[in-house]
Amino acid sequence: MSVLSRGFGRARTRPADDRLPPGQYDVGNSFPVLSAGPTPHTPLARWDFGIDDEGGELRRWSWEEFQALPREAVTVDIHCVTKWSKFDTRWEGVAIDTLLRDVPTTASHVLASCDGGYTTNMPLPDLVNGRAWVVDTFEGQPLAPEHGGPARLLVPHLYFWKSAKWLRRLTLAHHDQPGFWETFGYHIYGDPWREQRYSGD
Amino acid sequence: MTDPVTLDPIAARRLDGNAAGGILAEVFAVDVTAARSRCAGCGATSMLGAHHVYADAPAMVLRCPSCTGMVLRVGMREGRILLDLSGSRLLEIPMPASSGGGPATEDDGELG
Ligand SMILES: [Zn+2]
Repeated sequence: MSVLSRGFGRARTRPADDRLPPGQYDVGNSFPVLSAGPTPHTPLARWDFGIDDEGGELRRWSWEEFQALPREAVTVDIHCVTKWSKFDTRWEGVAIDTLLRDVPTTASHVLASCDGGYTTNMPLPDLVNGRAWVVDTFEGQPLAPEHGGPARLLVPHLYFWKSAKWLRRLTLAHHDQPGFWETFGYHIYGDPWREQRYSGD
Repeated sequence: MTDPVTLDPIAARRLDGNAAGGILAEVFAVDVTAARSRCAGCGATSMLGAHHVYADAPAMVLRCPSCTGMVLRVGMREGRILLDLSGSRLLEIPMPASSGGGPATEDDGELG
């Protein structure tokens, strides 16, 4: 029995082996929801997205203003720290490069803050040069609340807890401030290809 | 509750605080689901067993039933238990009946 199921597992993951980071498995068509709190339901009329720094507000977009920004469609693989990976997920939204275009900064790090109080941190260079987006569309549909709608961060080259759901603010800073999971022993950076799940990995 | 529970898969999977009893029993010598916790965020006091538990995340997260603020996180990892109680300002834990009335009798030997 164990030989049989191990064989199945290998056969299923073989075509994707080079796309599967160490310790991950292909979750296929499902999209698990791992939530640490209630789903916020912020009305679009009250939603805004902003970029701040330690001195306060730098830029702010209402939902309508955000919708008017130049958009990109991306297809990426995502990797959750709980070991599932999902290939070829299709998203649409606004590149962080676009959002930062008129924001001169010398910051080294970013803290993402969300409705519901969730936070996560990363170096600023990880969000630019076409590596991160604020997305509001998944597989051609408005992003569902349980998956982070109205809009979430998408940073596919890091573990998916960095792709914060229900995103409202990016705060530019000169130091790295650990977020919700990073203060609970999860890795400060979270590179799936180096299997940086926990602090010390 | 104003949450449309039937429409929201996250709300539908939310558990009550007793779901955290098993893992917390690994840490505490008494049943802490009967303990009263005062929320560090809003100050409301309620039994841990009456808190809201989100068990699908990488750790079990207990939230205040009044303000939904995070009260407690507990998880197991590589042979260790991680416990974050920073969201509880005060934990009042009932002593087991078998341990008598209070510290006066219990600690007599060490204090004397
Ligand atoms: Zn509270």
